[in-house]
Amino acid sequence: MYIYDEFDRTFLHERVNEFRDQVVRRLSGELSEEEFKPLRLMNGVYLQLHAYMLRIAIPYGTLSAAQMRALAHVARRYDRGYGHFTTRQNIQFNWIKLDELPDAMADLAAAGMHGLQTSGNCIRNTTTDQWAAATPEEIEDPRLYAEIIRQWSTLHPEFTYLPRKFKIAITAAKHDRAAIRVHDIGLRLYRKDGQTGFEVIVGGGLGRTPFIGKTVREFLPREHLLSYLEAILRTYNAGGRRDNIYKARIKIQVHEIGTEEFSRRVEEEWAQLKDGALTLDDAALDAIRAHFQVPDFEALEDGGPELAAAKADPAFARWYANAVAPHRVPGHAIVTLSLKPVGGPPGDATADQMDAIADLADRYAYGEIRVAHEQNLTLPHVRQKDLLALWQVLDAQGLATPNIGLISDIIACPGLDYCSLANARSIPLAQDLTKRFADNDRIADIGRVHLNISGCINACGHHHVGHIGILGVEKQDQEFYQITLGGKANHKAKLGELLGPAVPESEVVDVVERILDTYLELRTSPAETFIAAVQRLGIEPFKDSAYAAR
Amino acid sequence: MTSPLQQKLKINGPTVITANRLGDGVVVWLRADGSWSLDIGDAAVVTTSTEALRLLGIANADENRAVGAYPAPVVLDAAGLPRPANLRERIRVGGPTVALPGAA
Repeated sequence: MYIYDEFDRTFLHERVNEFRDQVVRRLSGELSEEEFKPLRLMNGVYLQLHAYMLRIAIPYGTLSAAQMRALAHVARRYDRGYGHFTTRQNIQFNWIKLDELPDAMADLAAAGMHGLQTSGNCIRNTTTDQWAAATPEEIEDPRLYAEIIRQWSTLHPEFTYLPRKFKIAITAAKHDRAAIRVHDIGLRLYRKDGQTGFEVIVGGGLGRTPFIGKTVREFLPREHLLSYLEAILRTYNAGGRRDNIYKARIKIQVHEIGTEEFSRRVEEEWAQLKDGALTLDDAALDAIRAHFQVPDFEALEDGGPELAAAKADPAFARWYANAVAPHRVPGHAIVTLSLKPVGGPPGDATADQMDAIADLADRYAYGEIRVAHEQNLTLPHVRQKDLLALWQVLDAQGLATPNIGLISDIIACPGLDYCSLANARSIPLAQDLTKRFADNDRIADIGRVHLNISGCINACGHHHVGHIGILGVEKQDQEFYQITLGGKANHKAKLGELLGPAVPESEVVDVVERILDTYLELRTSPAETFIAAVQRLGIEPFKDSAYAAR
Repeated sequence: MTSPLQQKLKINGPTVITANRLGDGVVVWLRADGSWSLDIGDAAVVTTSTEALRLLGIANADENRAVGAYPAPVVLDAAGLPRPANLRERIRVGGPTVALPGAA
């Protein structure tokens, strides 16, 4: 955990007071809606279909148990008893009242939380691997750099009014769990010739014009991270389009002028900045690192009699095989909590569940919780000997569905049930799919499949990079859904290919089932995953079966 | 579907003016007398762009009570009362089509 100091606490307190004054002035009529709207957006407050929505930043997806309890409190006191975890590792509350928002924000600030950088054309919350500092795969904790970027970008005077919003993601592991290639900037931390540095990827993104990011620098020594980011942001700020909101993201600039020219401009700008005040020397890195509280891990061995005995229970063994991953510290494990129960809205958690998770984190996981961009939660540091006790509570709380990475582990945006931009609903479709694929044996046999649903072309549900992507469209007031196959968000990121004409809502679940039946029929063996089969076969066999019954 | 906020004002059939209440975002509809109702059945129904623009002007001038006003299509029920004509407006009237988490 990164522990805020007095400067951070004072800043948040002052920001809440500033927003309280703005709300009072808006409600009294002193501020017009035109004047107030950008101010509320800068604090993460949107107006959706039925109510105001408050988006709260969870920097790099890391939460303390105390912060999770603060979220439960906000859900209970100011909302309707639940919250929605997003693909940006944030949380949204859907029913907040404007006149109560300042109090809600004050309660959040007391726990070190806020809605800054969750809206507006600024640098948004930097996201990273939910397994950071826990997985043996990584070379260093990427949150150190995410925190540095947070401090650099928060209220950065030059980058508060960019052409459009700007999203950065970092990974330090070989397997990319942060979808860095579909972000405005993706950073891959690795070692080269004994040095630590970044592959810098620019111009990725989803939305109506999806692109996989391009590598603009193969290796950037870590001390130059901020100066190089500043050079990229300056290049974008100066040359990004402001005449058309749909062409204002950096991906369009990179696409229009080409990667080579974009890189040339960045390097030219960087020459002015390199080795200046933004250089991250060891002292600067150590100062940030000192604010991260590292768990005092117990000295334990892997395995152990408790775990071996627990695996005798088939239900526990199934969950263990699905939701538990190796940890870098012996005797510990990474546990993913499924927020995708059969028939539930993906990513939602009730206040009672949040409190229960906080208690479990305190009892079994050194008080730390992570949010995954797949809209699940992670307890990154669990003692293996406690896994059975943990699972029993998770199961009772509806948080142990053994479907992580499987067909019912669906990413879905809030869709037309909540969102003022959506064309079609996402949640009911996700619920119907999880009901169709409720059999644990069946979904385990199907194996790894990422199904992502977006309710409109803005692609908050990341449909372009789902193994199966579903995009809601509206035709004459009827909901239809386009289906793509073959997308991937990982280190081999790829955009999915459109299968064919959009299908009506009533047929989508059947179509998905036929696609998966085709996979089961055509796979070379159970070891060939769905995505591998799509890559080998192309989309034609799936297209034939998907539309066969129509 | 383009957000109604982004559409040009083009009226095809019965139309009401709707917005969100400033204090809490609750969906409201404009009555003929310029006040706001929580019941779409109370809304003033117009059928021409001129009438809709006039009502929209009234609504936008009242931004201290309701914000984001726009014209929404309606159908008239057997009693002649306006009812939402598309899915978006049906959801705004009836709320999310899914049970809220934690609801009994």
